[in-house]
Amino acid sequence: MDVLVCLKRVPIAGGTFLLTPDNRNIETKHLGFGVSPHEENAVEAGVQLVEQMGGSLTLLTLGPTDSEEQLRAQLAIGASRAILLETDGEDWDPQATAAALVDAINAEETKFDLILFGAESADSAGYQIHVRVAHALNRPIITNVKAMTIADGIAKCERVVGSERELYEAPLPAIVTVRDGLNIPRYPSVPGRIQSRKKPLDIKKAEPRVPKLEKLQLTVAPSNSKGAEILGEGEAAVPALIEVLKKIGILA
Amino acid sequence: MILVLVDHDRGVIDPLSLRALTAARKLSGDVQAIVIGKDGAKVAQEVGEYGAKVLHVATNAQLTDYTPMASGRALLQLVQEIKPEAVLAAGSPRGNEQLAHLAAFMDLPMAAECSSIKIGNPHQVTRARWAANLYEEALVHADLLIATVLAFSVEAEAVGGSAEVKEFEVKLEPADTMVKVLGRAGESKGGGVSLTDAKVIVSGGRGVGGPEGFGILEELAGLLEGTVGCSRVVTSSGWRPHAEQVGQTGTKVAPDLYLACGISGAMQHIAGCKNSKTIVVINTDPEAPILGYADYAIIGDLHKVIPALTAAVKAARG
Ligand SMILES: Cc1cc2nc3c(=O)[nH]c(=O)nc-3n(C[C@H](O)[C@H](O)[C@H](O)COP(=O)(O)OP(=O)(O)OC[C@H]3O[C@@H](n4cnc5c(N)ncnc54)[C@H](O)[C@@H]3O)c2cc1C
Ligand SMILES: Nc1ncnc2c1ncn2[C@@H]1O[C@H](COP(=O)(O)O)[C@@H](O)[C@H]1O
Repeated sequence: MDVLVCLKRVPIAGGTFLLTPDNRNIETKHLGFGVSPHEENAVEAGVQLVEQMGGSLTLLTLGPTDSEEQLRAQLAIGASRAILLETDGEDWDPQATAAALVDAINAEETKFDLILFGAESADSAGYQIHVRVAHALNRPIITNVKAMTIADGIAKCERVVGSERELYEAPLPAIVTVRDGLNIPRYPSVPGRIQSRKKPLDIKKAEPRVPKLEKLQLTVAPSNSKGAEILGEGEAAVPALIEVLKKIGILA
Repeated sequence: MILVLVDHDRGVIDPLSLRALTAARKLSGDVQAIVIGKDGAKVAQEVGEYGAKVLHVATNAQLTDYTPMASGRALLQLVQEIKPEAVLAAGSPRGNEQLAHLAAFMDLPMAAECSSIKIGNPHQVTRARWAANLYEEALVHADLLIATVLAFSVEAEAVGGSAEVKEFEVKLEPADTMVKVLGRAGESKGGGVSLTDAKVIVSGGRGVGGPEGFGILEELAGLLEGTVGCSRVVTSSGWRPHAEQVGQTGTKVAPDLYLACGISGAMQHIAGCKNSKTIVVINTDPEAPILGYADYAIIGDLHKVIPALTAAVKAARG
């Protein structure tokens, strides 16, 4: 079973955002980086499949040189190797990103049985790169998956709709996009971290294209912060809270 | 003319599609709609009331369930025939996904989750990023605009009217139905109040300290006829099941009371609870970002405040 996971380096944003002076990007001077939660689940799923069935797990990202940091971190969890399609650091539009991923996948000798994606990227949330890759590779795609089993060349997947679960299946080779909650991503072990530094990581230059979805600038959404009324400190504040619960109709 | 993909579940319309219809009507006097599958014809009346003049019903014996690639094929076929200026859908997982298939078939750009749309050459959109904490102004360079409408950016407005129903047969390719729908099952989660229905949610974060710490939250939630929620740190530590996670990648909730205990208030958490009527915080840190979104706060250790609160609620009930 050969699995590929596509992931993306994104800043770890806390409560608020600062923008760069040209308003085109998030100011990341004081931020750390990671990959979006869905993609952590995708890597964990890949590691589990290879543990169970043997084979290989490859990671693929398109991004700035520093994306090596995220690839090494995920290699430490158990992937076999990684491919970095290096950009100049600018965000690429979804069509350009998908085309570069497709070229890289086609250039591989391994014909991946399963390609995993996050349901959407944390930063740009375009909801489409995986669908474009599926079309280009002529593979079935199941999205938003919360549970998955692979057996006899078939992927069986569940997605949640309202209070029900929809069950799907598709023949391999297939593409599956996963959501947070699929599994609990493990932390890298110390030996895992040490090995990750020596695992193969191919760096290829990616040629940009003229964006068809062209970002002009970003704006920060106005905060709807109201500022809480402080009822007091510790247990002493409980009577004040009881009054609030009466006022809002929770207590008679 | 603008074509709107109206989503339905076995003939029951997705309310977000009514918002997408309203967004389309504000851009053009000529709005048509498409539904996938014969059952879709059941929504004709609503679609007309919300401003569409024509409802195209895409039929094929194989279109009995949600099959997004086949939806893309149906959209492609109709777009080539009626040549709209724009195709819109709701900014929901299904809306985004089905339009992504259309965009992939046509190799055209798609702008997801737009809060504003101006049709032109190029088209201008504003779209949500980072769970709508940031917006991106962008140009879409294509004749046909493919975009989804950010859920809460427009209210649905009925205008009265009726839609002429036109059926058409979709010519599917074998690839369109490679994914098979096996069926549906009830949610695996056991009894009790579900997060989306709960009037009271007692939610715990890292500050709860471990799985056993949730006992006092459960007791309080039970007393208030509510349920327990949690932050992502809690689910990714394995303390609680993912079904209880509130937030961008968890569940979006809107209870009367959201009691956030030991939760800092990262924007991805706020994205899931900001529609609560009243937010009350229990946190040791008076600077925690969640105070900015809350109505009331107690500064203190949840392990002391919650048992005291539970006792006081019992006392108040007599
Ligand atoms: C793309 C993306 C999606 C995400 N989706 C979600 C999501 O759906 N839901 C979600 O929750 N998070 C989500 N996150 C994670 C989010 O960014 C935060 O990491 C997470 O919400 C923090 O959880 P927390 O508040 O429990 O922990 P922390 O941020 O560590 O906060 C703990 C809080 O507890 C307080 N505290 C500590 N001890 C006590 C005590 N004894 N009594 C009272 N208070 C105490 C502290 O002062 C602190 O404020 C997402 C992140 C990303 C990047
Ligand atoms: N630059 C990238 N490199 C590799 N994979 C990516 C990249 N951007 C997005 N993806 C993958 O595509 C998914 C959907 O992204 P998006 O269409 O931006 O919402 C993400 O969750 C990732 O798995």
